[in-house]
Amino acid sequence: MSSEHVTSAESYQGTTPVVPNEAEKPAGFSPSESADPTLDYTVAHGRAKAFYEHYERKDELQHQTHYCPGCGHGTVHKMLARAIDDLGVQDRTILVGPVGCSVFTYYYFDVGNVQAAHGRAPAVATAMKRSRPNSIVISYQGDGDLSAIGSAEILHAANRGENITVIFVNNAIYSMTGGQCAPTTLLGQKSTTTPDGRSAATEGYPLHVSELLSTLEAPVYIERVALGDNKQVAQASRAIKRALENQVRGLGFSLIEVLSPCPTIWKMTPVDAQRWVHDVMEKTFPLGVFCDRTKERTPQPHALESSAAPGTLPKAAPTLADIPGILGVAEENLPEGNAHAVVSEHDIDLQVRIAGFGGQGVLLLGEVLAEAGLDAGLEVSWLPSYGPEMRSGTSNCCVRIESETIDSPLVNSPNVLVAMNEPSLRKFDKSVRPGGWVIYNGDEFPANCARDDVHVLALPFTHLADELGDTRASNMVMLGALLEITGVLPQASIDAALRRLVKNPRWVELDERAMARGRELYKESLLGGVKCVPMAIQT
Amino acid sequence: MTDAKKPDRGQLRIDVDECKGCGLCIEACPPKVISMSERLNHYGYRTAIYGGAGCTGCGICFMICPEPGAITVLRLASKCVGLAAEANAAGQEAASCASN
Amino acid sequence: MRKQLMKGNEAIVKSAILSGCRAFYGYPITPASEIAEAAAVFMPKAGGVYVQAESEVAAINMLYGGASAGIRAMTASSGPGISLMQEGISYMAGAELPCVIADITRGGPGLGNIAAEQGDYHQVVKGGGHGNYRTIVLAPHSVQEMADLTALAFELADRYRNPVVILADGFVGQMMEPVAFPQKAIGSSMPPWAVAGTAETRPNMINSLHMDVDDLERHVRALEAKYKIAEQREARAEEWCTADAEIVLVGYGIVGRILKAVTAEARANGLKVGVLRPITLYPFPVVQFQRLAFNARAFLVVEMSNGQLVEDVKLALNGSRPVEFLSRVGGNVPSHEEVLNFVHGLARRTVDEERMANV
Repeated sequence: MSSEHVTSAESYQGTTPVVPNEAEKPAGFSPSESADPTLDYTVAHGRAKAFYEHYERKDELQHQTHYCPGCGHGTVHKMLARAIDDLGVQDRTILVGPVGCSVFTYYYFDVGNVQAAHGRAPAVATAMKRSRPNSIVISYQGDGDLSAIGSAEILHAANRGENITVIFVNNAIYSMTGGQCAPTTLLGQKSTTTPDGRSAATEGYPLHVSELLSTLEAPVYIERVALGDNKQVAQASRAIKRALENQVRGLGFSLIEVLSPCPTIWKMTPVDAQRWVHDVMEKTFPLGVFCDRTKERTPQPHALESSAAPGTLPKAAPTLADIPGILGVAEENLPEGNAHAVVSEHDIDLQVRIAGFGGQGVLLLGEVLAEAGLDAGLEVSWLPSYGPEMRSGTSNCCVRIESETIDSPLVNSPNVLVAMNEPSLRKFDKSVRPGGWVIYNGDEFPANCARDDVHVLALPFTHLADELGDTRASNMVMLGALLEITGVLPQASIDAALRRLVKNPRWVELDERAMARGRELYKESLLGGVKCVPMAIQT
Repeated sequence: MTDAKKPDRGQLRIDVDECKGCGLCIEACPPKVISMSERLNHYGYRTAIYGGAGCTGCGICFMICPEPGAITVLRLASKCVGLAAEANAAGQEAASCASN
Repeated sequence: MRKQLMKGNEAIVKSAILSGCRAFYGYPITPASEIAEAAAVFMPKAGGVYVQAESEVAAINMLYGGASAGIRAMTASSGPGISLMQEGISYMAGAELPCVIADITRGGPGLGNIAAEQGDYHQVVKGGGHGNYRTIVLAPHSVQEMADLTALAFELADRYRNPVVILADGFVGQMMEPVAFPQKAIGSSMPPWAVAGTAETRPNMINSLHMDVDDLERHVRALEAKYKIAEQREARAEEWCTADAEIVLVGYGIVGRILKAVTAEARANGLKVGVLRPITLYPFPVVQFQRLAFNARAFLVVEMSNGQLVEDVKLALNGSRPVEFLSRVGGNVPSHEEVLNFVHGLARRTVDEERMANV
C-alpha cells in the first residue's frame, strides 16, 4: 500500500486544511493542536479520491453514509475506493449497485454508477463490460441480492468468466427489509422469518457461494475474507485490490466474499458484532482462497492497451460502409429484380400448400418456389408451420405467387396441394379449390380421398428419387411436376433460385436432374392416359 | 508509550460530522489512543476522540472505520526526523500493524 | 430497389444492425429464435456483442447494462419470455433507457402453444411491469415492416429514452417475403447520459430509485409529459379503402393482412368496407379512429386474442359508434370466410337497425 499510497497523499503543512471545508467547521476535528506546527505531517490514510466529498442523498447527512454505526458496508466501500485509487482506474470504473442496504452506492462512489434490479447486477455488469471492455466493471452485492434472487445471474456470469469484479458482502441476513432469513443465515440463527432459528429441515443449509462458484472452470479468483478483526480487515483490503487488479489485467472473473457485521439486525454492539463474525460466522463460512488461476491465465490484450481509446470495442469494428455487405443486403450483392420476368396474359394467382413429414424437404420446396417467383418479377410470400413439427411429425408451408400485391400470406384454399405422404393428403385434400391440383407422393391414391373436382397426379416420387441416387431429392421431383403442371415460372428463375438456396454444387446438380425428371413424369402421365389436364392458372 | 523527546510518528484527525460512534476504531487502535467523547455531535452520536498523543500512524483505525472520511491518519514526513525507516515500516501495510 | 426473400425475424436483426444496434442479448424461444440465431451470426461480424443469456430475466438486465453503457441494444422473445422481462422493462422505463424488444407472440396463457396468437397485447401495450410507465409499441404486418419499424423503433427509443416493443405475431416473424433495406448503415454516437467507463461519462448515473416522494412524483410526471408528446407525434395507422367506408375493420399484424383480403371481396360484393390498421399500439392512433367515425356506421375489431385491442378501440371511439368484435384464440386464425360472413351479417344488421330507427 505504502508505495502507491504515497503518490496520492496530499502534503500537509501544519494548519493547512486537509479537508477543504475544514475551516468552516473547526469544531469538527478532535484535537491535534498539540502537534508541533513546525513538523511536517503528511496524510497517509484519508478519504479515497474515488469517494465524493459530499453525499447528495439528502440535504442533511451530507457527510455521513446512510449505513448504521458499525456496518461492514462502509468498511468494504473504503477498501474498494482505495483499490480504485491505487490502481488509478477511477475514470474507467463503472460500479453496478444492488438492491439491499448498499443500494445507495451511487451517492458515495465518484465513478460511473448504474443501479441494478435486485440480484441482476452481474447481468448488467456483463453487458457493460462486453460493450465497453476498457471499463472496469464492479458488481457490488449483498447476500440476499447475490445468493438468493440473483443466484442464476451470478452463477452464469461466473461460468462465462466475465472479466468483472464482484464484491459479495455476506452478513447472513436480509438487513434492509428488517432481518428476514437469507440463504446464508446460519443454522439456528434467528431471523424474523425463522423466529425459532434456521432449521436445516425447513430452510436448508447456509449457502456457500464461494465454494459453489469455485467448482466452475471459468473464474480466475475467489476468496472469502472477513471483517472480524484487524488482521482480517487488512487481508480483506488486499483481496479486494487483487480482485480489481485481475480485471485491470484482463484475467477474468474475480469474486471476493466478505463476512460482514450487521450490528443493527443482529442486535449487538458494533464491537460484539465484529467478534461474532470472527467467532461464529467464520465457523460456518471458512476463510481462504477457493480458486486462484491468476498464474494460468493470459492477460487479455485490450485490458493492457493503455493506448486504446476508452470505451472503444476491442477489435477493429467494420466501417459503416461495410455493414450492408456483411449483412448480405448490399444492393450490388442482390439478385436482379425481374431477372426472368414472366409475361402472362392472365393474372397469376398461384396458391400452393406443401405438406409432408419433417425432413422431407417441404420448406425448401416452398422456398425454391417463392425465390423463383421473386426472380420472375412476381409478388411472393412463404409461410411455414413451425415449431416441434420441424423435427418430426407433419410440416407444411404455404407459398403465394401473384401478379398483384399479396393481401394475406395465409392460404386457406390452395389451388395446388403438394402432399408428400398420406397423412398430409388427408389433412389438406378437402381444402383444395375446385379445379385445382393435388400432387401426391404414394404408390396409389387413397380411394376415399378422391374428389371429382380436382386434378390428381399420384406417383411414387420417392422411388423415382431413389433411382436418381438420393431419396432426399423427392421434393425436387415433385417440384418439377408442379412446375410443368402450372407452367407459371420460367426454368431460368428456378435455376437461379436453386443456386441461391442450395450451396453444395453436387446437390444443385442432383436437384436439377430431379426437377427435369419430375417434368418428364408429368408429361409421361399424360401420354399414359392418366386423367389429368394442365390447368390454366388464372383467377 | 510516546517518547517525550521524539515527536509522534502519526497524527489522527476525526471528523465528528462523519463519526457515528460505533467504537470499532477504539477497539482496533493498537496503542489505544482513541476514546469515546462525552459530547454528542450534530446527529446525536457520541463520537470517537483522539487523545492528542501517541498515534503511530499505522492506519488500522482508518481501515476499520466504516465512514469514508471520518478518520484521517497523518504521518510524520521522513525528512523531519530521522524516523524514516520507522515511519516506513509502520506504513508498509496495515497488516504489519495488525499484528501489533 | 432490389428485394430479397427473407424471414421477418431475420429482417429485424439486419435492420437493427443497419440502425446502429451493436448488442443483442437473448434467450431462445419459439417462434422468436431466428432473431437470436441471426444476431449470433451477424452481431459479432458487425463488431457488436452477442450474449445468449441464462434466462429472459438476465437478458433484459443485460439490455439494461448495454443501454446504460450507451450502446444501441436489443433483445427478442415471445410471450412467456416477455413475462419474465417485465421487471427489467419497468426498470428501463424508470431509468429512461432506450432499447428495442421484439415480442414474436405465441399462444397463452402459461405454456399455451407455439402457434401465432395476439394475447400479449395487454402485457406489452398496457405495460406488464410495475409502476407508472408506458412502452412504445409498433406492430408490423409484413416482412418489409419488420425491417422498417425496427429502424423506427431504435429512432423512437433514443428520442424518448424509453423501451420500444416490436409486437409481431408468429406469422409475421416466421414468414418470408421480399424485403428491401433502402437505408444507409448508421452508427450511434455516445449519448451524453451514458455510463461508459470514461472520464467524460464518470459523473453520470443510471438509476430508477427515487426515495423522496416528491422526487418520485416529479419523475413520474416528467415521464408522463414525455408520453403525452409521443401520443401527439408518434401515433400511426394504415388506412385501406377507408375514404367511403361504412364498416371499418380493425386489426393489427397478420390480422391486418386478412382484413385487406376480406375488404377486396366485400367491396366486390358491394359493401363499403375499409381497414384501419394501427401500426403503433401505443401511442394508439385515436385521431384516425375519431376521423373515420364521421362516415362509418360501425367498427369491427378482429383479434387473435380474447378482447384486448377492442378495449382501446372502444376508448378511442368513446361510444360514438358501435364496436363489434370477432376473435379467434389458441393459435387459430380468423379465416377470410369467417370475417366476410361476419361483415355481411353486420351490414345487414346495421341496415335493419337504421330502418327500424326511421320507422
